[in-house]
Amino acid sequence: MKMSRSKLLVPIVAILLGFALGAAVLIATGRSPVDMFYAMLQSVSGKNLRADTFNPRYIGEFVVQSMPIMLTGLSVGFAFRTGLFNIGAEGQLMVGSIAAVAVGLGIQAPPVVHVLLVLAAAMLAGGLWGAIPGFLKARFNVHEVVVTIMLNYVALFLNNWAIVAIFKSADSVKTAVIPETGLLKSAMLAELTNGSRLNWGFVPVLLSILVYWFIIEKTTFGFSLRAVGFNKDGAQYAGMKVNRNIVSSMIIAGAFAGLAGAVITVGTFSFGRALPAAEGYGFDGIAVALVGGNTALGVLFSGLLFGMLKAAQPLMQSQGIPKEVASIIQASIVLFIAMKFGIEYLMKKLKPKKTTVEEVES
Amino acid sequence: MGYVIEMLEITKSFPGIRANDRVTLQVEQGSIHALLGENGAGKSTLMSILFGLYAPDSGSIKVRGKDVRIANPNVANALGIGMVHQHFKLVHNFTVTENIILGLEPKAGLVIDRKRAAARVREISELYGLQVDPEAKIEDISVGMQQRVEILKMLYRDAEILIFDEPTAVLTPQEIHELMGIMRRLVKEGKTILLITHKLREIKEAADFCTVLRRGRLIGTVPVAETSEQQMAEMMVGREVNFHVEKGPAQPGEVMLQVEGLNVKNAKGLLGVKNLSLEVRAGEILGVCGIDGNGQTELIRAITGLAPAEGGKILLRGKDISGLPIKERTGLGIGHIPEDRHKHGLILDFRLDENLVVHSYDRAPFSRLGVLDFRQIGANAERLIGEFDVRCGQGGSTPVRSMSGGNQQKAIVAREIDQSPEVLVVAQPTRGLDVGAIEYIHKRLVAERDKGKAILLISLELDEILDVSDRIVVIHSGEIVGMVNAAETDENELGLMMAGCRKEH
Amino acid sequence: MSLLLTMIPIALVYATPLIIAALGGLYSERSGIVNIALEGIMMVGAFTAASVTVWLEPSPMAAYWGILAGIAAGVLFSLLHAFASIHLKADQVVSGTALIILAGGVTVYLCQIFFDQQRTNAFSTGLSKISVPGLSKIPFLGPVLFQDVYTTTYAAFALVVLTWFVVYKTPFGLRLRACGEHPQAAASMGISVLAMRYVGVLLSGAFAGLAGAAMVLTQDIQYTIGSVHGAGFIALACLIFGKWNPFGVLGAGLFFGLSQALSIYAKDIPLLQSVPQDFFYMLPYILTVIALVVFSGKSVGPKAAGELYDAGKR
Repeated sequence: MKMSRSKLLVPIVAILLGFALGAAVLIATGRSPVDMFYAMLQSVSGKNLRADTFNPRYIGEFVVQSMPIMLTGLSVGFAFRTGLFNIGAEGQLMVGSIAAVAVGLGIQAPPVVHVLLVLAAAMLAGGLWGAIPGFLKARFNVHEVVVTIMLNYVALFLNNWAIVAIFKSADSVKTAVIPETGLLKSAMLAELTNGSRLNWGFVPVLLSILVYWFIIEKTTFGFSLRAVGFNKDGAQYAGMKVNRNIVSSMIIAGAFAGLAGAVITVGTFSFGRALPAAEGYGFDGIAVALVGGNTALGVLFSGLLFGMLKAAQPLMQSQGIPKEVASIIQASIVLFIAMKFGIEYLMKKLKPKKTTVEEVES
Repeated sequence: MGYVIEMLEITKSFPGIRANDRVTLQVEQGSIHALLGENGAGKSTLMSILFGLYAPDSGSIKVRGKDVRIANPNVANALGIGMVHQHFKLVHNFTVTENIILGLEPKAGLVIDRKRAAARVREISELYGLQVDPEAKIEDISVGMQQRVEILKMLYRDAEILIFDEPTAVLTPQEIHELMGIMRRLVKEGKTILLITHKLREIKEAADFCTVLRRGRLIGTVPVAETSEQQMAEMMVGREVNFHVEKGPAQPGEVMLQVEGLNVKNAKGLLGVKNLSLEVRAGEILGVCGIDGNGQTELIRAITGLAPAEGGKILLRGKDISGLPIKERTGLGIGHIPEDRHKHGLILDFRLDENLVVHSYDRAPFSRLGVLDFRQIGANAERLIGEFDVRCGQGGSTPVRSMSGGNQQKAIVAREIDQSPEVLVVAQPTRGLDVGAIEYIHKRLVAERDKGKAILLISLELDEILDVSDRIVVIHSGEIVGMVNAAETDENELGLMMAGCRKEH
Repeated sequence: MSLLLTMIPIALVYATPLIIAALGGLYSERSGIVNIALEGIMMVGAFTAASVTVWLEPSPMAAYWGILAGIAAGVLFSLLHAFASIHLKADQVVSGTALIILAGGVTVYLCQIFFDQQRTNAFSTGLSKISVPGLSKIPFLGPVLFQDVYTTTYAAFALVVLTWFVVYKTPFGLRLRACGEHPQAAASMGISVLAMRYVGVLLSGAFAGLAGAAMVLTQDIQYTIGSVHGAGFIALACLIFGKWNPFGVLGAGLFFGLSQALSIYAKDIPLLQSVPQDFFYMLPYILTVIALVVFSGKSVGPKAAGELYDAGKR
């Protein structure tokens, strides 16, 4: 699959514009963009250029922040390829997290098996949560946007209730610590990165990226999903089962997001948490998918980009740069990508192209 | 008698195409002036410029002798120019009156004065003999009445010059007669009419003058009374036109497709097809003609499997396929060339080779165990491109969206015929295509017939039906109202049946 | 029964921002632009209103200046959505989503700049309640509807009637609806679809800004990232539930307001005492999903809402 030059150009222009805007906002409010860039650099490479120190803990945290949003990016991207807008990655993630805690605390199993069961349960739960809007769309033609947003809130409250009522949290904020066999934690990796929360989560993440690419590009299933995403009517005429595809697609998208929930709960942390509000992984996923052009490789790279933005936040805040500038940059990038039609339209007007075979209806 | 409209040396280009190339059009006051050309000739563009929807790149426009610049429809309206669109621009859930007054609403203070509006509508409608129901909603009225609403919209704005864009596409032959009458009456009341069309017969019947465009260029303007249809056709196409496809007599064999007592619901939940029966034999082409919206869509959907049958049976070579899903019917031997190639026939964002395997991608040799074999898919595309002469920029990897309409249709035809179906259901196969592509497709259909296939041809073009079919059935209000042999009937007989008069056996 | 009467004032407080924001969404969608960024605009309105109120206190009109500022901020913020969707033909749902993220970022960013913390300072009074002298004496409904009610609640009711009048009785309303149903038809009658849609979106910005301001000034003591907590999305649901009709929106808003009030008073209702509080929080959202399913099928929204308007299309 070729990535044509113009397709690559739009995300890159959008990213540059986004950062430029962030820098402008900082300048306008009396803060230094240079500080921001130094903080970003440090959070990615571990190198503090000013103090000339190196701390690999930053690299570890950078990876930790990138992992869940790559998965939610895959979730959103997969749905996009099928013509669906999955704003529900947040809820699917939370439901996956609940399942992860349940299997983590609830059963006992030997080392690798236990964590695999945890991951499987999270994917299953996320998939089911994704099946709901998928089914409602297929059967009742209910638009998935509002449904998924509603379900996000339901999942949040479900999570908070479960933490106390089912997992019997002592302080109503955290559950008990999940036994090591159910975790993705790795003492070796933590030590390698000077005490960061780096864990084995990157393995399922990389595998997911591969699976995503394979399903969409190489399988007959992916073929029909893409067909449905491009042209529902044409796909139906060709005999493809549109409704079944919509539901399957949302199940898979939900599974990716559910896996993200597991990676956070048994990778980044080691317990379930009650949350005052959604943490925004779903929206991050939307940004990642859009910038990544809904492709596997694109999600990988844009996941790293937005992961960097997230990882840099604490550092920025400690240096007097309000960490929200990262959200501003992220939102701007998404906005610029959304305007891509406009950008392309303007580009076409500025550059007269050579004649293409086009049928103008009279 | 001066020219009421003059468009001089008009040029207009869009990305990649020159729609009008130094076209000059001069219209006499009080005449009916036809604008003739094939799809893509530039007629609608020229008229859209006159109506203010586009601005010309160069050239000038004079109305009643004065130079004008028509920047938008409001200016056109102010000059007395009105347009009755081909695809009606009516808001479906507004009433007739609301649609007519939109943009020029009579006011009582802050509120719309509905009484005054209704009175004015009634007034104009009576003056010009255009019968409408002012309080009815657009979605509930007939196509003929909708067109009258379009005309009233313009008369409400005191239009003196009325542009009709392909007005007869959706009308029965009898309604077309009525429309011709309306046009003559409008001219009697002092209006001037510009008629955009590609139907030679209507030009001969109604128009005084005809300007012919071809590929954006002006070919000439002729007085209609002194020009034959053949001559106008040749101006339109640029060469001697062979109206008829060459074919020998049909050799019909066994019955391949049988429809018995079929009932199908339409989008509104009512029966679109009622107790319909027909049969198609191997080696013949059965044409189904009728006005758009009389059940053709539902019939096709039921046969191909897109819609369930409420009652009745569909038999393929004696086997009941009524309950089977689409894929199984395709597998058993039904091919389908759909009427809307962009919506149903192709996935525009897919490549050509992907589109060519849209029925067969999930079995060998194009895939194994769920994984696609791109080499086979590519080879298949190469073969079909060669066999069917499909013009595409980059071979199999051409994005279908960038192909011309004719070649897109050829791709669909290639795909369906290559499956070698026993029964080929063909709907509106030549809509929007140039004459060369039309000839090719008709020849191909006859070739398949001669190979022993059964072909069901559904078309809104009477000429196509008469030319290509061996037998013809007429559908009206979801029922078959008559069946004739193509060689033994003519347009008038068919027209009567299309309007609902049953054939006396 | 008396419990119901005590719940109504709270329900009205919750319902008011929902109704106002939903009305804003109505103008936008009727013109053909889907505006899911209502949540984001409400946040901007709330932040601005809270900040201005804090700065102008203890002046008695501080809250009202806050509301005005909130409206203005809403209009400005929605300009982004208008420009992106109308001029640059952006996908309207994506643009809306981006604006929600942006709103969260910008508002808390400015909190850090102005207040050195991730929220505004607390204001001491916010909006004050009023009582209508004569009407509050009416038995039963008097104390509920006319005593100790926020002015914003009355504003909401007034705006419902005003919206109904404008949309269905005036030429402007006819043209607005035409743009949302069949923009090509409107354009062919000389209406500027572009201008209409800008008006629609900017109106939604004003309304949502007002809704956000009302929300923070009547339900909170300061603006935080959680101040709006999904009300913008529930407002969207009200719009759908209310079938894009002002009175329908009123009914839906009251209904959701009541269900939110229920979550507070559930402990006083014997039947519902054992239900965990989290389930009451879930209730409005679950009800919305059910409403969407029930009202699915035949689309009742403006036909062309969400589609790119292509002037060249015939």
